[in-house]
Amino acid sequence: MSVGDYIRNSQIWKSVFRHPAPTDRRNRVVVMLTNFFLHLHPVSVKQQGIALSYTWCMGGITFFLFLVEAITGVLLMFYYRPTLEFAFQDIQALRDVTTLGIMREIHRWGAHAMVITVWLHMYRVFLTGSYKPPREFNWVIGVLLLVLTLLLSFTGDLLPWDQLAIWAITVGSNMAKATPFLGVEGPGFQVFNTSGYELITNGSDARFLLLGGRFVGEATLNRFYILHCVAIPLVVSGLIAIHFWRVRKDGGISQPL
Amino acid sequence: MLNPHPDLTASVLIGLGWYYLLLFIMNLCWTIRSYKEDGEYSNGLPKAAVWAVYTSILMMMTFYHFTYPPDGFLISLPEAFKAPFDRYFSNPVLYFFLSIVGLWVMIKGREWWTQPKVAWVLLNVSLLFMGLSLTDYDFRQIVGKPDNVPIVAMLFIVAFFTWIYFRRSVDNDRRIAEGRPLFEQEDNEKVLVWPDLVYTELICMVVLTAVLIFWGIALKAPLEEPASSMKTPNPSKAPWYFLGLQEMLVYFDPWLAGVVLPSIILGGLMAVPYIDFNKLGNGYYTFKQRSFAVTTFLFGFLPLWVALIVLGTFLRGPNWNFFGIYEYWDVHKVEAANNVNLSEFFWNGLLQQSVPKGTGVGTILVRELPGILLIIAYFAILPPIMGLTILRKYFVRMGVLRFLVFSNLILWMAILPIKMLLRWAFALKYIVGIPEWFFNI
Repeated sequence: MSVGDYIRNSQIWKSVFRHPAPTDRRNRVVVMLTNFFLHLHPVSVKQQGIALSYTWCMGGITFFLFLVEAITGVLLMFYYRPTLEFAFQDIQALRDVTTLGIMREIHRWGAHAMVITVWLHMYRVFLTGSYKPPREFNWVIGVLLLVLTLLLSFTGDLLPWDQLAIWAITVGSNMAKATPFLGVEGPGFQVFNTSGYELITNGSDARFLLLGGRFVGEATLNRFYILHCVAIPLVVSGLIAIHFWRVRKDGGISQPL
Repeated sequence: MLNPHPDLTASVLIGLGWYYLLLFIMNLCWTIRSYKEDGEYSNGLPKAAVWAVYTSILMMMTFYHFTYPPDGFLISLPEAFKAPFDRYFSNPVLYFFLSIVGLWVMIKGREWWTQPKVAWVLLNVSLLFMGLSLTDYDFRQIVGKPDNVPIVAMLFIVAFFTWIYFRRSVDNDRRIAEGRPLFEQEDNEKVLVWPDLVYTELICMVVLTAVLIFWGIALKAPLEEPASSMKTPNPSKAPWYFLGLQEMLVYFDPWLAGVVLPSIILGGLMAVPYIDFNKLGNGYYTFKQRSFAVTTFLFGFLPLWVALIVLGTFLRGPNWNFFGIYEYWDVHKVEAANNVNLSEFFWNGLLQQSVPKGTGVGTILVRELPGILLIIAYFAILPPIMGLTILRKYFVRMGVLRFLVFSNLILWMAILPIKMLLRWAFALKYIVGIPEWFFNI
């Protein structure tokens, strides 16, 4: 008996993989049903449905990039401290001296790529008409995931705390000042400021809520850090689960109906 | 010996050498493909010969860049091309309308440009144009920024996938017309996910990981000076994926460009499946069966989103002025902007009176009455008229509520091009201009 066979026949191996190697038809079916990571997939699919020139693979690539971002992001969190004192310094050290500082590069380029692949995924879904019944609501969830992807990128942009970071966020968040009714420079905010009470000021409007202050400062850094590393990824994970589940329940991957 | 091109350092030329090497390898493969297609007999000049000549020129370009003598002649774009190019195309409105014309040509000429040969020529032209442009210092400053590299890549990737879409839908439309089954329905047996899909996924993940690592080694993530709220950079740009929205700030105030319009874009996207009543084209590529839906979406995605991001990234410099692709980003460039409000056109121009002055609610409303009426007419009166005339068949199929949502979304989508046209033709600043209430449209 070879070593490979010995290992595959051991109790440990068999307790992990509950079936023989997927070399024949029966076991190729069984593997899809018994493996946690593979059970997202059906057992069989239409050949044209998985042709690359048809699906473009962009949804899957987006999910993969999300995982890459999660892994590199966690590694970066071990190193990076979101305070005015250390934020820039830590990023600088990641660039210059830290072993595996390339994690930052992969994280940033992965983020750019993810924004693009989300767009391309939606592009394909639209162009094949795959949002049509019965998949209408999954398209809506997809739009929410698009928003969250952009917000993930936006909140992450601030964390290096260099000139590029704070001014991009300043320009972006200045828009919130102009929110109708809720921003100090938005139309209609005066409605809330009648009879002597100033409800909407630059210390209480939509921009203040976003930044945690009147300008992009330490409170903003903390707020964006939590949003970027914890809050948004949690919501995204939940929505991704629903998105995938619905792909299966709404008739599987796109195919001519 | 003096270097006649001080900005073209050895590393830039070596980089260009790699660029041409890539182009050479691509075209070598293409020549071989063309040779096989020619077959044994061909009338006149075999097509592969033309490609072979072009490919060998590329090979010489590659060698030349790798072994460039310091005082050698440089292959670059002449000033006589660059200066007029910058002068004629230094106009955001022209840029925008050219992108719309491009979309129109793409749709009308889809049977022509989706042929692999035509697409290959177009790809080569654009890559050569970029390679030659890269010898320009100012072009390189913008395109070569590490953060901008993915946007350049995105341009080519979006073009590629648009090509795939049109190619497959031209094929399917032909099949539908001839009564043959769709491409997606041929050879469409069920296959097991293991191994047919999981292996594709595995290869995809390995390739992507390699790409990311290579990309991370080749390009350093940018890090500028430490943050300072005192030193405002010029230009101050939002993150690249929001630059389309920042571009809208030229035409609209922040409450519209930064809050209302983005919300409507997202709401509109979510509404798409509930508006589109067309049952055809579900799950396969087609243009003819869904020409209106696809054209609208392409219009929203290509000129209104991707092209505006490219505009905001590469062509907007200090003070958000428009710069040609070979132009130096001069902080002191002045662009005359004497934009006039509609109220001034109305009171001064049409009625020959002075604009009503005063801060009372009544005065302001009277002052802006023409603009307010126009806006109300646009969003409230135009939809029913459209429903009874040009969009009648949509109105009949959709019902009142659905049609109102649909027509308003279309009208919202149109306000940016409309405002651009008005700004271009009449230097119009605001249709409704009530700065007292931050309410400018």
